[in-house]
Amino acid sequence: MLDFDWQFFALLMSNGVLIGLMYSLIALGFVLVYKATDAINFAQGEFVMIAGFVVAVALGDYGVPLWLAVAAGLAAMISFGFGLERVVLRPLIGRPVVAVIMATIGLAAVLRGLGPILWGAETRALNLPISDEPFIWGPLFVPPIQLLGAAVSIVFLGAFGWFFLKSRKGIAMRAVADNQQVAMAMGINVERYFALAWSMAGVVSALGGIVWGSLLGVDTHLALEGFKVFPVVILGGLDSIPGAIVGGLVVGIVENVAAGYVDPYVGGGTKDFAPYLLMIVALMVRPYGIFGKAIIERV
Amino acid sequence: MFHRESGVLKTTYEADMALYPLPIARWTVAAIAVLMFLVLPFLLHEYYLSLINLVSIAVVGALGLNILVGYTGQISIGHGAFMSVGAYTAANLVVRLGLPFWIALPAGGLMAAAVGAVVGIPSLRIKGLYLAIATLAGQLIIEWTINHVTWISGGVQASIQMPRPSLFGHEIATQTEMYFFLLFFVVLAVIGTMNLVRSRIGRAFIAIRDQDIAAEIIGIDIFRYKLLSFGISSFYAGVTGVLYTYYLGIANYEQFQINVSIDYLAMIIIGGLGSVLGSIFGAIFVTLLPIASRVFMEAFGGMIFSSQAMLNIIPNVRLILFGALIIVFLVVEPEGLNRLWRNIRSYFRVWPFAY
Repeated sequence: MLDFDWQFFALLMSNGVLIGLMYSLIALGFVLVYKATDAINFAQGEFVMIAGFVVAVALGDYGVPLWLAVAAGLAAMISFGFGLERVVLRPLIGRPVVAVIMATIGLAAVLRGLGPILWGAETRALNLPISDEPFIWGPLFVPPIQLLGAAVSIVFLGAFGWFFLKSRKGIAMRAVADNQQVAMAMGINVERYFALAWSMAGVVSALGGIVWGSLLGVDTHLALEGFKVFPVVILGGLDSIPGAIVGGLVVGIVENVAAGYVDPYVGGGTKDFAPYLLMIVALMVRPYGIFGKAIIERV
Repeated sequence: MFHRESGVLKTTYEADMALYPLPIARWTVAAIAVLMFLVLPFLLHEYYLSLINLVSIAVVGALGLNILVGYTGQISIGHGAFMSVGAYTAANLVVRLGLPFWIALPAGGLMAAAVGAVVGIPSLRIKGLYLAIATLAGQLIIEWTINHVTWISGGVQASIQMPRPSLFGHEIATQTEMYFFLLFFVVLAVIGTMNLVRSRIGRAFIAIRDQDIAAEIIGIDIFRYKLLSFGISSFYAGVTGVLYTYYLGIANYEQFQINVSIDYLAMIIIGGLGSVLGSIFGAIFVTLLPIASRVFMEAFGGMIFSSQAMLNIIPNVRLILFGALIIVFLVVEPEGLNRLWRNIRSYFRVWPFAY
């Protein structure tokens, strides 16, 4: 600890914060669905991958302008979320939690197989019209794409936070999440709100696909980012939007700092399991996350 | 099988819980035993025996996972990791100490059981999705540990060569010998599971699955039984890992990654949760699915796609089929193949009448 390298530490921290905010964006899709429908989406990473594919193919193969490609991605993911809710998840309402988990795991397998068949197995570039030159502020190197991703995350986290707290539809959605029968009795069309929640998850996945796709390139490995969602949502609490931000920041910082300081000694891979280690500790102390609501069970 | 229960009157609980519910069941079991031990191994080509061997290994693992998920109602996405614990324990014991398989095999199982019980500790406080993710964490951490600690994994590419098992000085090398070797453990696992679930322990598991708070109130020590369930399930997983390692001749962590955990979950979902027969059906189905889809695509896919495209398509068709089948079974027939089998049976039992 004699010559602590502040510059290295600051670099790890800033990178962690930006990546963490981008994790929050993926986690947000997960939280939206869980908050409104109590369903668990193990295919969130695959959603992001499919969205990335749609936008990359529209930009690369068809050469459409960016706004049209983004619109196509959004439209595709909204209709996908909508259809998925109708065909797969609605029949599973009221079934044990393992059924929903397995259904979305099955869905993940289908999507991971479908992507390469439809669009080829090679990695596609998703080029946004922003420069690759990192901004340099003192000791910090900040790639513009990460800055964009973080900005998109903050905007949408704020927007959905407002939506749930203030808007009429958001309040209805919270009512549905709280108790479906009572919500029905109050005249809320529960099934329509389920479809809305899945479509909103589609929107978030489309944005996640664009920023993550342009950061990493689009292929089936993009779906692996979905694994990062679980520590994020567990740390933050499954049904909390502020929790998604905090969880994302914590995971982003922890994995970067751990990778920076531990990797040289153990030969890599710390990035992938340090967040899970942290998550287990958090589960032992606070089983329902930092912001999650505790469930009171009655017999 | 197809027979009628008329004239069989049970007057005691013991009779109701017996392994053979009807006198005729003895004959069906005997017939299956003759088929498996005396007819099949001498009738089938080695290639088909190797497929049966893969199924046998999967049956043991699926039974173990079904004890945990189907009977106790806990979720585990870490089954593959427990298998790797068993596999590496046995491989290290055999290679470093030269122990025979009948010590290495239970040792691998016990080590996996110990690790499984530790991973199961959070199950006391959390359940459902949270538990699923905690076991997923267990999977990733075990995988990472084995991959990075060379003392366990034997260094280069984290794989250890495993000598063939030998019995009374005779080395089990051919597929036919392997068939009998594995079948012995399948029989052991099936009988063990059937006896477990009708015992006091098994009924405690089922009570916890149905309503754990109520189970605690009627005097079941939930913590103990949940850990016991994780332990027993992981013991099966560990034994599966050892068997697979003996079968392949090499212990490698890539054979036990998260997709293996998901395969085993798919087996018990497709086969039927909380059913021994369902575990067997599911293991057969999921093990043969990729082989069947590959054979089918090689036979008919060439008509539509170029041979270049087929290299990309075949593994992905397997993934799509696998995922789609899980979804179809969950939506259409939640009780799985076991339920389909029961429906067929009850239809033929009263055939040609409707009821």
